Amino acid sequence: MELLRSLAITGTEEVLSISGLILLLAAAWGGDKASRVISIAAVAVLTVCAVLTAPALCGAAMGPAVSAWGGQFSGDAFAAFGKLLVYAGAAVTLIVAPAFFERSGAMRAEFPLLVLFAAMGMGMMVSATDMLSLYIGLELNSLAAYVLAAFLRSDERSAEAGLKYFVLGSLASGILLYGISLIYGFTGSTSFAGIHAALAEPLSMGVTFGVVFVLAGLAFKISAAPFHMWTPDVYEGAPTPVTTFFATAPKVAALGLLMRVSLFAFGAQPGVWQQIVIFVALLSIVIGALGAIGQDNIKRLLAYSSINNVGFMLIGLACTNQAGAAAMLVYLAIYVAMSVAGFVAVLMLKDADGAQVESIAAMAGLSKTRPGLALALAMVMFSLAGIPPLFGFWGKFVVFQAAVQANLLSLAAIGIAASVIGAFYYIKVVKVMYFDEAVDVVQGQSDLAQRVLLFVSVVAISPLGYLLTKQLGVLAGHAAAALFHIA
Amino acid sequence: MSGFPILSLMLLVPLVGAVACLLANREAARMIALVATLVDLVLGAVLWSRYQIGGPQWQFQEHASVFAGFEWKLGIDGIALLLIALTVFLMPVCIGASWNAIEKRAGEYYANFLVMETLMIGVFSAQDLFLFYIMFEAGLIPMYLIIGIWGGADRIYASYKFFLYTLLGSVLMLIAMMWMVNEAGTSDIPTLMAYNFPVHAQTWLWLAFFASFAVKMPMWPTHTWLPDAHVQAPTAGSVILAGVLLKMGGYGFIRFSLPMFPEASAQFAPLIYGLSMAAVVITSLIALVQHDMKKLIAYSSVAHMGIVTVGLFAFNRQGLEGSMLIMLSHGLVAGALFLAVGVIYDRLHTREIDRYGGLAINMPAYALFFMLFTMASVGLPGTSGFVGEFLSLMGVYAQSSWVALVCTTGIILGAAYMLYLYRRVVFGVQKHADTAAMPDLDKREWAMMIPLAAAVLWMGIFPETFLAPMRKDIAALDARLAQARPKGDADLRLAAIPPASATHEHGDAMEHGSKAEHEGAR
Repeated sequence: MELLRSLAITGTEEVLSISGLILLLAAAWGGDKASRVISIAAVAVLTVCAVLTAPALCGAAMGPAVSAWGGQFSGDAFAAFGKLLVYAGAAVTLIVAPAFFERSGAMRAEFPLLVLFAAMGMGMMVSATDMLSLYIGLELNSLAAYVLAAFLRSDERSAEAGLKYFVLGSLASGILLYGISLIYGFTGSTSFAGIHAALAEPLSMGVTFGVVFVLAGLAFKISAAPFHMWTPDVYEGAPTPVTTFFATAPKVAALGLLMRVSLFAFGAQPGVWQQIVIFVALLSIVIGALGAIGQDNIKRLLAYSSINNVGFMLIGLACTNQAGAAAMLVYLAIYVAMSVAGFVAVLMLKDADGAQVESIAAMAGLSKTRPGLALALAMVMFSLAGIPPLFGFWGKFVVFQAAVQANLLSLAAIGIAASVIGAFYYIKVVKVMYFDEAVDVVQGQSDLAQRVLLFVSVVAISPLGYLLTKQLGVLAGHAAAALFHIA
Repeated sequence: MSGFPILSLMLLVPLVGAVACLLANREAARMIALVATLVDLVLGAVLWSRYQIGGPQWQFQEHASVFAGFEWKLGIDGIALLLIALTVFLMPVCIGASWNAIEKRAGEYYANFLVMETLMIGVFSAQDLFLFYIMFEAGLIPMYLIIGIWGGADRIYASYKFFLYTLLGSVLMLIAMMWMVNEAGTSDIPTLMAYNFPVHAQTWLWLAFFASFAVKMPMWPTHTWLPDAHVQAPTAGSVILAGVLLKMGGYGFIRFSLPMFPEASAQFAPLIYGLSMAAVVITSLIALVQHDMKKLIAYSSVAHMGIVTVGLFAFNRQGLEGSMLIMLSHGLVAGALFLAVGVIYDRLHTREIDRYGGLAINMPAYALFFMLFTMASVGLPGTSGFVGEFLSLMGVYAQSSWVALVCTTGIILGAAYMLYLYRRVVFGVQKHADTAAMPDLDKREWAMMIPLAAAVLWMGIFPETFLAPMRKDIAALDARLAQARPKGDADLRLAAIPPASATHEHGDAMEHGSKAEHEGAR
């Protein structure tokens, strides 16, 4: 019975792995011609998984009832929240990818499969309640991601991005593993519940080191400063649909993982890691903001913007309480919508030959040549800057409100003041599109799928998004409650 | 109150108009914009006529909880009513001013203006702290675009400066608001206005709000964005900037800083006096040496706002009422002056004062209106400028005669730079042939000038119309501030000095002397 129950809880992982294997066979026989069909099938699989996941979130599942495989894995509301965002990010990637790769003839049937397996790994990351299942999920995702970054084989930048991501990612995984082994050595457990119980006693030096190493490894995965160096290079070099993927799904998964590790596994000793998180948060905000100022490549700019945004999300984590976690999840959901809108808009920037335009200077006067696209990008920029009435403001609002409630006033004040630096480069993009003379580089048409995606995501970040605040708050509340439900 | 959500409708009309403008061509867009603003003007008139003077403090209240964390809560008192009336009155004029001047991207232009109108009405009618913040902050986006796209040569620098200055000012206010809501347990503005925050916290809260409002107002020395923004903005942009946007700072002080943090306001009153005195004298002197007409009027705006702030922090009724009246009057007069500059700018495409001269000969009607608005700006009795400045300075005089003395020099200097401007532009000889050939006002310009002139005169001759709606609210605010009012130099407190005979009776002068001193210091 226990086996059946565990199988039921990990249902989405089973669906993903089995359908992934079937599609792999289809790809082997069908070849690259079948890539479009396989992409569609993969999106369908992700949709099915999302439907399977949703009840856990809406029903606020938590506790031992949804714990599977001897405490290795949890199918609680928190995992469900993370998974839904991950599946959404993965599905968006699959939808926009074919048109992008087909132009250079680089579309291969493996692409949707890699995304599918990465999604499975990320699902495990947000569900893991044991250091070992955590690591398996993380590596499953990372291996797929390394390949995805280098997917455009004819492009040097893409190969460089893949290599950089691989080398630095392996280093981070090593640091993480070292931290895990230290923690295991000093607490005698790899399960989060066991670590949580062991940390209730005064800390030994070894555990402290372990916590620091684990956090450093995870900070790399969420691209928080000072472990952010790879982000701009990988974001710029990777094919744009893959960058869309990196900016959404793995970020959600890694942040979810970080939340569960710090708030649950290390939850008994928040004082140990809170100062680290505060430091990393402020540094990410400032470095993300300052680094973006000199960028001329829109993808690099968005990479720094993602560093900046991770800093804001970490402010929610620094609260070390349930309200902070809920705020962070709300921010995360809004951030996914903003990233999708931003990168889909970037994908739609094409010159007369259909080649991608990535230089910000080439976007000059976009508001005259492509007013709809310019409006969408401008909304994304203002939203990322957190200017009301766009929905990006709401993410910052809930996070800062949580910080104020947790009495972290100086953190909130410094963080929000630093957000003004970030506003500078966001409005610079708007300036280029709206104030400068048109250069007429961006031309050509966008396909229907991109337009629909852009429209949906832009509506989500428009002021209409505020109508969702209640539902979003309830769902994030469920997820955060599950995280704090100590068995 | 009628259950009809008139405030929401006033917010909705321009918003719908804005969307329609985006999709329309130039001719259609300006017509849509005009109709939308006129509809709002009519709604504003209905609002005023249905407003019960002396009735409940908050009227036309609406409430819908559709959001998490904050609520859609609207409602106005007399102060908000007047500022909303100012907004809806100026908006059609702005559209009129842009009628022929805006040729490129007209649809977007009018859409931005209509969004501005929605947000400004929203700022004045919001009854939820965070709803207020959203409206307050959101105004940055359309104004940034208006300055940046349709502004003059140095527009990009000006738009950045405007955006970043005001953003930095207001983000700290957001943190303060969150703290307040956390402390008081509600984001309802009327409740917060009566909530007594701990005095030590008030200091920080006040400073955070001050950072925002001082930039918006703008107070010296954070005013430097204003001349840049004004010079570079199109005429209608300047009108709305001077007319309404600057009033948000004053409204913020009167709605938030004073009633919510009375003790801190008293504590910081000397700071306000100091900055305001500096503003009045320094910016007036700067205005005196300007060559650019818009810059001159922009600096004069800063000087007038200085008198507003001293009046607000005079802690008495005259000061508060006077400041409100200056804000209304300045909204009309500065708007009208920018419009007057716009009229000749449209003809000659320069704002250099030296390029004009002798306009009284070929543009007599224009000279007449310009004269009226100049006099109103100077504060001539019978015009709107006089009433407010008189009341405000009287209020300050009761508090500190030195501050009143320094601020009054602003009136003299104001007369100097305005009359000097008028002399150089309108009188004198016709130096330039092209200037001499400019035609007088056309019908459209008449239609914009007449209502402004009528309002300026009305406010000057019968200010009661404008005082009546806010009297009760100002009295309530004054009562709220009474507990914290700092002692002014006009308070003689004769009773505190003990009669000489009492000292003799006990023969212990030392003890009584120290007691009297103690009382005097209290």
